[in-house]
Amino acid sequence: MADEVATAPVIRARGLSKQFATTLAVDELDLDIPTGRITGFLGPNGSGKSTTIRMLCGLLLPTSGDVEVLGYRVPVDAAAIKPMIGYMTQKFSLYTDLTVAENLQFVARVYALVRSRERIGAVMERYWLGDLANQRVGTLSGGQRQRVALAAAVIHEPRLLLLDEPTSAVDPSSRRDFWESLFDLAAAGTTILVSTHYMDEAERCHRLAILDRGRKVADGTPNALANDLPCQVVDVLADDPESTRARLAADNRVLSVTQLGQRLRVLVRDDVANAAAALQQFLSDTGATTASTRPSLEDVFVAATELREQLRTP
Amino acid sequence: MKRWTRIGGILTKELKQLGRDRLSFALIASMPIMQLLLFGYAINTDVRYLKTMVVDAAGSHTSQALIQAVAETQVVEIIGFVATPQELEAALRRGEIAMGIAIPHDVDRRLERGDRPAAQVMVDAADPTLLGVARQLSGMPNTFAATTAARQADIFETRAYYNPEGRSAVNIVPGLLGVILTMTMVMFTAVAIVKETERGNLEFLINTPVSNGELMLGKVLPYVGVGLLQVSLLIGIGRWLFDVPVRGSMGDLYLASLLFIAANLSLGLLISTLVSTQFQAMQATFFLLLPSILLSGFMFPFDGMPVFAQWLAETLPMTHYLRLVRGIMLREAGLVELLPSAMALGACLLVGMVLATLRFKKRLD
Repeated sequence: MADEVATAPVIRARGLSKQFATTLAVDELDLDIPTGRITGFLGPNGSGKSTTIRMLCGLLLPTSGDVEVLGYRVPVDAAAIKPMIGYMTQKFSLYTDLTVAENLQFVARVYALVRSRERIGAVMERYWLGDLANQRVGTLSGGQRQRVALAAAVIHEPRLLLLDEPTSAVDPSSRRDFWESLFDLAAAGTTILVSTHYMDEAERCHRLAILDRGRKVADGTPNALANDLPCQVVDVLADDPESTRARLAADNRVLSVTQLGQRLRVLVRDDVANAAAALQQFLSDTGATTASTRPSLEDVFVAATELREQLRTP
Repeated sequence: MKRWTRIGGILTKELKQLGRDRLSFALIASMPIMQLLLFGYAINTDVRYLKTMVVDAAGSHTSQALIQAVAETQVVEIIGFVATPQELEAALRRGEIAMGIAIPHDVDRRLERGDRPAAQVMVDAADPTLLGVARQLSGMPNTFAATTAARQADIFETRAYYNPEGRSAVNIVPGLLGVILTMTMVMFTAVAIVKETERGNLEFLINTPVSNGELMLGKVLPYVGVGLLQVSLLIGIGRWLFDVPVRGSMGDLYLASLLFIAANLSLGLLISTLVSTQFQAMQATFFLLLPSILLSGFMFPFDGMPVFAQWLAETLPMTHYLRLVRGIMLREAGLVELLPSAMALGACLLVGMVLATLRFKKRLD
């Protein structure tokens, strides 16, 4: 982990807060986003992911706290970082009544790019947009639009790419392609910050920060987060999952139960010795079988958000 | 029964949504009130208190009595005296007055005999309504005459300026320039900017190096071209089909139009910063357009309106633009002679620009 923070962080935030009329959307957030990595913001809706990203690029004024992006103070010097950041909005934000090529030409001119033709040609090729060049963006599929949006966000070769729930309207295979493109960009040295509420996306990030109700409740690599999970995970295969589920939920050793068809995924307190065996015994009359299993990111997410209070007071 | 439950559900939802769209809600209440006041007060077919200047070459008791009698009709409001009929013509051309009364030195004798018109009424007949008013004035009974026959004769000779045939197209076509430009310029700009916000384009744009000024200028400039095209169309077709003249300089006409277009665009920008949907932008445009049509002098003679309506009209750019175009097209006035109106448009542009820039932020909150 030490090598990741060896260079100065691309984004550094201290005590970042945003108060809307009655709600505290972001609460005393500290962030250090390392260079050349994909960092994920994982959190439920309303956890402050979009608000944080918007504050980082100067779209929203923080209520309090300090932010430094690429060595510039935001929002004071927000204008200075604009040419160096790329931003993909949650809602598609290019012109649906223009063609793919026209949109990219527009963006290239807005950034006043030199040799814009070559740049447009390069991103069109890289994101397989050649065949769509003269098609109006409004007629494209979700996955195609996503490629256009990404092309527009990186056409000026930004050092920092901010992506706000970029794949919410995209099918799984397009999403996979999209992430491959992100890895290519990261390998080329672009720092990427992406917000998501999809576990499979979060899994792909180099580092993760889990947000809940405006606060950072966990951060680290997906691996480290899973290893450090402060509870045990037991997989239960039950004949009658509904009643078994009710029985488990009522037990005070059990923190949470999630049903996946015939199976139940159970989070058990860390202080219970050999959780799988204990549950096997507890459910012996139902014919259920139990097995200890490796924590998934979803378990980490549930533990960090829903179970945070419970885990703190054992 | 179930049908009514469903209709009731939709009805309740509709009312709630209406109540939350504060602008629409405000319009529902203010539109009838505004229209009633505007139509009720502004529409006044019996025109009174036309601004008038007088040349009194006689300076006698009789001439003063005549002026007094004319003033008592309340058709005119005498705002000053000048020395020569030429000065009256100049004031007419500048649009300062709608009517001039020239009293010759031998007015006493003329009145007494009643064989010739005693004095002259010069009227800006661009608006045919005013010509009618002037003719009505000349039918005033001659109480100064010595004989019954002389009493029947007209006191005034009417000289109709600028539109002697009294054709309404001559007055309406220049006015239409104002109406069309107000409608399209304000609405297009407001909608064009709000559209970017509504569709989410702005969130992307404000993260690029584009500055506020660049963004606004780039958005507004195409509409300057659109506006000038509309001006050319109206002038061309007005001349071709309705024989509406352009007596003054074309350069002045386009310069005045450019100023008006710019003022309207700045108002459109301002509106775009106050509303959040394209529909609201259009509502706001109509909120400006309606009083402009009614009060600017397009539909009714400006002088005929009550004072409060005139004050309101002075704040509308279209009022000043109509003075400019009618002056340039019909009365052969130059932009310099019409400077107060040009300056009013400039002030409007400035205020709109400053307010819009203050309100337009490169941020979302």
